[in-house]
Amino acid sequence: MAEAKTPLATGKAADKAAGKDAGAKESKASPVPTREAFYKMQADKQGEARQKIIAGATVAVCGLGGLGSHIAWALARAGVGHLILIDFDKVELSNLHRQEYRADQIGRYKSEALAENLLAALPHLSLTTHTAKLDEKNAPRLLASADIICEAFDRPEAKAMLAGFLPRFFPDKTLVAASGMAGFASPNLIKTRKITPHFYLCGDGVSDIAENDGLFCPRVMLCAAHQALTVLRLLCKEGDV
Amino acid sequence: MITVNGKSLPYPEKMTLASLLLAEGFTAARVVVERNGEILTSAAFESTLIQDGDCLEVVSFVGGG
Repeated sequence: MAEAKTPLATGKAADKAAGKDAGAKESKASPVPTREAFYKMQADKQGEARQKIIAGATVAVCGLGGLGSHIAWALARAGVGHLILIDFDKVELSNLHRQEYRADQIGRYKSEALAENLLAALPHLSLTTHTAKLDEKNAPRLLASADIICEAFDRPEAKAMLAGFLPRFFPDKTLVAASGMAGFASPNLIKTRKITPHFYLCGDGVSDIAENDGLFCPRVMLCAAHQALTVLRLLCKEGDV
Repeated sequence: MITVNGKSLPYPEKMTLASLLLAEGFTAARVVVERNGEILTSAAFESTLIQDGDCLEVVSFVGGG
């Protein structure tokens, strides 16, 4: 892996401005905190009662592109007990403007690359990866243990397919899906709607990749953040939008 | 009368959901339909007859993710 270049002059100037000693020794890595320390930190920041629920939950993320990679990060950082990460695709250069992968991961399966990135930051994370194309045949098996399922595909047909078959297999599981986060329009148009008690839809509902000028990381992240926060709120029985 | 995404329409007798969606400009493979709290998918559109008083919410998916 190429060594990252640090803009030293800028860094020192910033330290000085912040009142830090610019001549201080370089920082040393501390030992990795224990699982218990991680949990306590998350409970301190997010509340003990909620953390207990979040840590006991299993969430599936279907599709690990711009939406799914960011959803997974948000849920992992929040301390979701178990993540199921599903994608059949490999990392490409064209993903790197909006998806949470590194240049040196191009050519690798997204499921494996994302798991590696998440575990590097959060070593006690529990997850399962499936390098597979989700369909009606494998969904009953791959999604069986999930409490909540995030739809994070890019093709509208795949989105509709999952939203369509999920209630037949798992009428009591909740789907948090996405539609409309392409283009450059206002961030304030991204919303979360409750379609049924088991079906939430995030996005602006209209911005299609086929008709818009591209996909922008922050707009996709907004939609992913809606989905991730909706998942956490649903787990904590705060399902009103 | 029926309602489609909040819009009132005259009750179309003996019309399937598939035909209604086509007439309203939706692409069947890119939508799911919520009818009385139930989610219907494209496999059921041809066999579902519109009933008078139906309140339908057509959820369209667009590409990108």
